[in-house]
Amino acid sequence: MSSKKPMVPSTDSCASAGLSMRKVALAVAGTLLFAAAGSALAATPPTSQVNTTHLAVTDNEIIVGQLHSSTGTMAISETGSIEAERLAIDQINASGGVLGRKIKIIQEDGASDWPTFAEKAKKLLEENHVAAIFGCWTSASRKAVLPVLERDNGLLYYPTFYEGLEQSKNVIYTGQEATQQVFAGLDWVAKTKHAKTFYLIGSDYIWPRTTMKLARKYIETVLHGKVVGEEYAALGSTGFGSTINKIRLKKPDVIYAAVVGGSNVSWFKQLKAAGITGKNHTLLTLSVTEDEVKGIGGENLTGFYSAMKYFQSLDTPRNKEFVKQFKAKFGADAPIGDVTQAAYEGPWIWKAAVEKAGSFDTDKVVKAEETGSISIDAPEGMVYLESNHHLKTRLRIGEWRSDGQADIVYTSDYIMPNPFPKGY
Amino acid sequence: MNTFYSKWLGGKKGVIELAVLAAFIFIVLPLWLDIFRLNMVGKYLTYAFAAVGLVMVWGYGGILSLGQGVFFGIGGYCMAMFLKLEASDPVSTARQTTPGIPDFMDWNQVTSLPLFWEPFHSLIFTLIAVIVVPGVIAYVIGAAMFKRRVSGVYFSIITQAIAAILTILVVGQQGMTGGINGITDLKTLHGWNINSNSAKYILYYVNGALLLGVIVLCKYVLSSKFGRLLLAMRDKEDRVRFSGYDVANFKIFTFSLGAAISAIGGAMFTLQVGFMSPSLIGIVPSIEMVIFAAIGGRMSLVGAVYGTWLVNYGKTAFSESFPSLWLFLMGALFIGVVMLFPNGLAGLYNSYLKERLEKLVLKFKQSGLFKKLNPVKTELQNEQ
Amino acid sequence: MDGYSISELWSILVMQGFSGLSLFSVLLLMALGLAIIFGQMGVINMAHGEFMTIGAYTIYLFSKVTEQYFPSLMPYYFLVAIFAAFAIAFAVGYLVEYSLIRHLYKRPLDTLLATWGLSLIMQQIFRSVFGAREVSATLPDWLMGSWQPTPDIDIPLNGLFVMGISIAVTIAVVLFLYRSNWGLKVRATTQNRIMAGSVGINTKKVDRITFAVGCGIAGIAGASFTTIASTGPTSGSLYIVDTFLVVVFGGAGSIIGTVSSAFSIAQAQSILTFFLTNAMGKVVTLMTIIIILMMRPEGLFTSKVRK
Repeated sequence: MSSKKPMVPSTDSCASAGLSMRKVALAVAGTLLFAAAGSALAATPPTSQVNTTHLAVTDNEIIVGQLHSSTGTMAISETGSIEAERLAIDQINASGGVLGRKIKIIQEDGASDWPTFAEKAKKLLEENHVAAIFGCWTSASRKAVLPVLERDNGLLYYPTFYEGLEQSKNVIYTGQEATQQVFAGLDWVAKTKHAKTFYLIGSDYIWPRTTMKLARKYIETVLHGKVVGEEYAALGSTGFGSTINKIRLKKPDVIYAAVVGGSNVSWFKQLKAAGITGKNHTLLTLSVTEDEVKGIGGENLTGFYSAMKYFQSLDTPRNKEFVKQFKAKFGADAPIGDVTQAAYEGPWIWKAAVEKAGSFDTDKVVKAEETGSISIDAPEGMVYLESNHHLKTRLRIGEWRSDGQADIVYTSDYIMPNPFPKGY
Repeated sequence: MNTFYSKWLGGKKGVIELAVLAAFIFIVLPLWLDIFRLNMVGKYLTYAFAAVGLVMVWGYGGILSLGQGVFFGIGGYCMAMFLKLEASDPVSTARQTTPGIPDFMDWNQVTSLPLFWEPFHSLIFTLIAVIVVPGVIAYVIGAAMFKRRVSGVYFSIITQAIAAILTILVVGQQGMTGGINGITDLKTLHGWNINSNSAKYILYYVNGALLLGVIVLCKYVLSSKFGRLLLAMRDKEDRVRFSGYDVANFKIFTFSLGAAISAIGGAMFTLQVGFMSPSLIGIVPSIEMVIFAAIGGRMSLVGAVYGTWLVNYGKTAFSESFPSLWLFLMGALFIGVVMLFPNGLAGLYNSYLKERLEKLVLKFKQSGLFKKLNPVKTELQNEQ
Repeated sequence: MDGYSISELWSILVMQGFSGLSLFSVLLLMALGLAIIFGQMGVINMAHGEFMTIGAYTIYLFSKVTEQYFPSLMPYYFLVAIFAAFAIAFAVGYLVEYSLIRHLYKRPLDTLLATWGLSLIMQQIFRSVFGAREVSATLPDWLMGSWQPTPDIDIPLNGLFVMGISIAVTIAVVLFLYRSNWGLKVRATTQNRIMAGSVGINTKKVDRITFAVGCGIAGIAGASFTTIASTGPTSGSLYIVDTFLVVVFGGAGSIIGTVSSAFSIAQAQSILTFFLTNAMGKVVTLMTIIIILMMRPEGLFTSKVRK
């Protein structure tokens, strides 16, 4: 499962593009080996040249925003992203910054409240004139921020796996959209577990609903299986007794779950208590990363499967290095989940795009991103930014162990992002 | 003229109060703040509608509603439905399976516009609905409760449960309501771009004017016989009842009035912020609205506006300067106000500042300058 | 229901009945502490959920310490930790009463605002001390898994455990209120504060102990919920509305009312969520409660209190 050698995916003949590609690869390598390597390469073009849109850029500093919930119910999930983005930015700074400028972060608290997210995004863009925002976690917060971004022409790097159906000029999605997460996982479970019947359960909001819609269609038309139950639990609900009894009654081959937040903990604890475990049932979930495992308890998950693009246990030198750096900064206990890793990719992709564009201006950066020729050597392996603002990545299936880590039992080929799937 | 002066504006004291508030909203804040911050204040001032409504319902009516967010939310959703329909014309939604319906419906496999959305194609209907729908809902809830003499804490907890139910319903029926994301991406009002800077200014002033209008209306209601009965009822409900008045009807009216006022705030919120979401109708925002009213002084209509502004300003300032500590400061603010200034800002003003200010004013009046400047008003005062 | 044997349907029925009972004990545990604080004292404690969180974090701390230093004691720590959860929540409650609540007895609705502020502060303390992420206590093995009276029936052990705790706490509360000297004083103070004072009851002390006991019970509730739900800085706020509804529906000040209201709400919700969706089950339950409350504004059982 070694990461592939960086390849240049575009046939771009422009010399400067090729140069910046190499620069990116070198800069990334630089952080891994010694911090100074990148700075020698990064030239410092004058501010007037890299900033024509009144961004907060000086000759030696560039300001970016960070917008997550550090309070409220979503702080549980977003903490990892906050940490990962900080780590990435620190590493970029240690390797000489972006276009010769150090990155300074202004952190704002979305407080798990969507209007607050919109307000803070506006503040970052209109008062602080940040060049990019790394942030948001829930779809609701992204939807709230979106009009602000489009009006003020801001740039958001969004780390969460999400439902798709969106492609804004002003957002780069570093998590997977639904088709990337759903189809390959269903293929795997149908093939290895000979599954024919599925029980779908999710929390009641747009991401699980959209995901389950895709899953149902795929199960019925491609896998020729049967969905024997589909259910949505109110966000935050903690009682799953009745749902679990329904599952017993239907006896599905696979329980396909996308339960989130605090409900997730109750769901798995109650499954285990009801005698539904990895030993006697196949459960594939889309919403459990190492972050959630910490709250659920590994012993309640043993033998269940998650479909993610990244697991902390991924056995590559690049990932081991990343895990080491992350733990050194945030403590040995800090878990690294899929979204955390995707959040880590955000600043690196932004850096690569800025350097390719030779400018911090949103329009130029987006144009560079839309060439489809940006790729980075991330902890999960090489990822490629496609022209539709999503990443081309792999999907992995992890089987949870009682210590809260996953054994990766399957790795897919690269999957093209397809936020607007036809026929679904 | 005289009735208008004394009843609607509340006499000299009332005029000064209103004038100061008007100056604060229309002159001080716009001069002090750039458009971004001003728009933010505009958002806070929409909550002030709910707080003013609570002053009527709670301060004067003695009924603590923990579901004011419900009405704020319904008002906001009515407006959002209209704006969303305008944003979902067949051209800009051509990518969808069913063009011409809001995007979130399409994502939820809804293929035609639900019936209750249809009338919201009309702006006139929407504007009426913003006030009437919450008013009627409040009437139904109020009639059911007050006729059965549900009161005090019981009423509060039932309204809280209603807020919980509405949140679950809105979140659960996402094909029709947009679910937890709410109704987002609202752009124009009859072709007028509500996200432009000029629109933000205009909306801010409209919002301020409406707020002042609502306060004047409330003053009128309070200065009437009804207002005096309301106070009597709050203090000795049984005596009012024994005097032959139907207490329940007064409560129902006040509750509906408070609901309609909150709903105007909700509609203005949608216009100024550009979306509406269930996070504004639940239990937490409803309690926050009570806190705004409490901090302003629960018996003071203008105090509610200052209270709302102050709490939200504090929230923003604290959370920008101390991202990880601001909850401590907010918590301390609530406890401090309740413990030390039970009558909120208005009480603070009455017990500390009022006398000094009055002395100052008196001095100013005795000086010849005032008489020269304002001969008519002085005469009026002498008459009184 | 084709293709199912009678015995399978019977098993589902049994397990469904149990899941209702299990929800019942959860609601009862949450509500008991509040029934004392709100029912007996009229204090609207919005921070009640946070006192539960104190209990939950106590279990977490004990599990971590035991795991680290006394791994051989892992099977037993939970029992000690539950008492500690009570003690810590009791102590915090005592302090809160002394510094905050006692100034507000004459203004019950203000307690709502002040305790809301308190809950914000407590949440932030949890966040600063334990981190924003959810944590999970390592549970002793005897609490995990299920009991199988027949091959088709699984009765969750943690559900049985929570049920046991809630029965024990209910009995203790009834004994405390109706059989102990303290209970006598508490009831006397509730019914007529001035008279109670004039016969020599230290009403201030009674208030303080009553409040603290209520908080302590919340601590126990939070501790037992670690077996079935999550522990995070804001977990407590999830329960607050349900808790108030149970108390109000049962009739403030009546323990038997709280018990029967928890039972009926739990059974209704459990059965409805089996046949309807999860969310609709909850909505229908809440609506029914409201409609019944409109017909009986003082709740199912009312105790006569002189105001």
